[in-house]
Amino acid sequence: MELSGAEIVVQALIDEGVEYVFGYPGGAVLHIYDALFQQDRVKHILVRHEQGASHAADGYARATGRCGVCLVTSGPGATNAVTGIATAYMDSIPMVILSGQVPTPVIGSDAFQEVDTVGITRPCVKHNFLVQDVRDLAETLRKAFFIATSGRPGPVLVDIPKDTTDPNVKIPYRYPREIAMRSYRPVSKGHPGQIRQAVEAMLAARRPVLYTGGGVILGEASPLLRQLVRATGFPITSTLMGLGAYPMTDRQFIGMLGMHGTYEANMAMHETDCLVAIGARFDDRVTGKIEHFCPHATIIHVDVDPSSISKNVRVDIPIVGPVASVLEDMLRLLAEARCDPERAAIVEWWARIEQWREINCLSYDRANDKIKPQLAVETLYRITDGALYLTSDVGQHQMFAAQFYPFDQPRRWINSGGLGTMGFGLPAAMGVQLAFPEAQVACISGEASILMCIQELATCKQYELPIKILLLNNGYMGMVRQWQELFYESRYSHSYVDALPDFVQLTESFGHVGMRVEKPDELEGALREAFALKDRCVFLDVVVDPTENVYPMIVAGKGHHEMHLSPERELA
Amino acid sequence: MRHIISVLLENEAGALSRVAGLFSARGYNIESLTVAPTDDPTQSRMTLVTVGNDDVVEQIKKQLNKLIDTIKLLDLSEGPHIERELMMVKVRAERADREELKRLVDIFRAKIIDVTDTSFVVELTGDSEKLDAFIDAVPKGLIIEVVRTGPSGISRGPQGLML
Repeated sequence: MELSGAEIVVQALIDEGVEYVFGYPGGAVLHIYDALFQQDRVKHILVRHEQGASHAADGYARATGRCGVCLVTSGPGATNAVTGIATAYMDSIPMVILSGQVPTPVIGSDAFQEVDTVGITRPCVKHNFLVQDVRDLAETLRKAFFIATSGRPGPVLVDIPKDTTDPNVKIPYRYPREIAMRSYRPVSKGHPGQIRQAVEAMLAARRPVLYTGGGVILGEASPLLRQLVRATGFPITSTLMGLGAYPMTDRQFIGMLGMHGTYEANMAMHETDCLVAIGARFDDRVTGKIEHFCPHATIIHVDVDPSSISKNVRVDIPIVGPVASVLEDMLRLLAEARCDPERAAIVEWWARIEQWREINCLSYDRANDKIKPQLAVETLYRITDGALYLTSDVGQHQMFAAQFYPFDQPRRWINSGGLGTMGFGLPAAMGVQLAFPEAQVACISGEASILMCIQELATCKQYELPIKILLLNNGYMGMVRQWQELFYESRYSHSYVDALPDFVQLTESFGHVGMRVEKPDELEGALREAFALKDRCVFLDVVVDPTENVYPMIVAGKGHHEMHLSPERELA
Repeated sequence: MRHIISVLLENEAGALSRVAGLFSARGYNIESLTVAPTDDPTQSRMTLVTVGNDDVVEQIKKQLNKLIDTIKLLDLSEGPHIERELMMVKVRAERADREELKRLVDIFRAKIIDVTDTSFVVELTGDSEKLDAFIDAVPKGLIIEVVRTGPSGISRGPQGLML
């Protein structure tokens, strides 16, 4: 089969089994767009801004576990996509970004729409390539997909100069099935000696805690994690990125940990004598002040990326390997072990955790004439039976969603954890809805975040994506306002969103349904009405209490044991 | 502590900038870096010298290993090894100083590789301390310019850093 470079790009996507490409055309990728036009295997989704393309591909990848793909032109097309690429990189999301580039003979001449895309994206991709010759295209694309989806996943960018896609230059095409790279061989198994040592430490533990992160979801290890939690009887906490890997409604789940985690989870972290970290990376929002982190614990860390180990916190028993394979080995060793976990001590440990739990750290003022954001999320949970794919933007609403919408399945909670990208939620929801056309997909957002990618409402219309947008509108950049209240003596410097649009009219102008909710007693009815409109994208502008803050909270620079419950409820 | 690290890299465009970018992005120190293709033109061998405590150097090695272009890595400072650096020094060599400079060249087993009426270029190889010592030994005010390659290193014994 003889193909042009442009046809090779499209055929490679077909051979990779790619369902959707999220993109935006432009000069440098016109040959590729022409090849896309002449086939119907790979569906192209036209976004309204390249940031939307990278977030949509990312959302698709997070929900499905498959590689997200986006296609952008050179120069501004590539730079617009960078925020989405960095977002995917920080959360280890498998993604391949194809960017057009000016023709090879003019690279470096400051040609029209030329930018050093490989240079700009280098620090925020797992790897990137500049294709110099059409004969390298197929293999480079195969490598890109292989690197993006193996080991610790991440975005890989392939920069494709226009001349390498010339429709008049045809070469024989063969897509390499297997690819071996001498410089890249991800580990496939954990070290048996280390795993044995870890299991011994777990069996001897008296106050153990499992601390799990996004790696469990990325590594498809959720069922094994459930088995491990059952087999050990240990309490489990999760990072923001790991929510849903273990059912959040289960008693053994003690809530999210970290800055806005639960009191019981953070206290358990502080007092544990054996911390089992699985697919988590000891992010500063999780650890609090490192000097106070888990002062009594033997720390076990399972991670596929060796550079994650002892990066922020020194680990006693490191295990480098894919989470699923390591958990399998652990479960086998636990089953073979002659001794049980320290049952009596663990019963005592649970009693202590239950005492912390009784403090009910997530309680809030329910008798209020304003809509509390917590109430909005709780109501959302109730009327959707907890079955949503829920994407989020970044800020207070994100934390409220993490606290009040307990996920029982992995890949249902889609948010930008590492980079904290406002504008992520709506385009990510598009990717999710396209992957699962029959599923209920919602985006929780704030009036500041949503405006960062509001143009994607047009994409939702074009492809009739029935996403439900729950806007918690408090008129502020809530999280910024909260920090200004707490740490800058309420000097609200530029955190007030003046001159907001009328979101109902705005939504309707895009061809969707807009609704505004101002009173607590209208909330449930409005949500039910919105979700009853199965075929429509509905935008619910919910006016919430502008003064509400996210609690409990560990102030930056404090330890897990130094939580604030709320201004009204201080701990002794 | 000072570490000298050898890295075998794919000889790809951009591999060097990935290494340099890694050091600046993560705030690691880099004292010197040398790189050139090996006998196999598809591979480059890099020697870099860095300074940091054990935890930092451990991270540096992990991050270098994580680069897709890195084939293999060895911390030479962990075992017996040899370091060599090449230096060329241009010195003012007026009549009165010529003999003294020639004596220094002999003592350090250096070579004079360019001569004019008023100057020498001296070539000297050795470990970095020897090169420093030569610079210190040249009488004040005579040095016109110094160019150093930064150290390259190789381990002692029959083992090699290869695929």
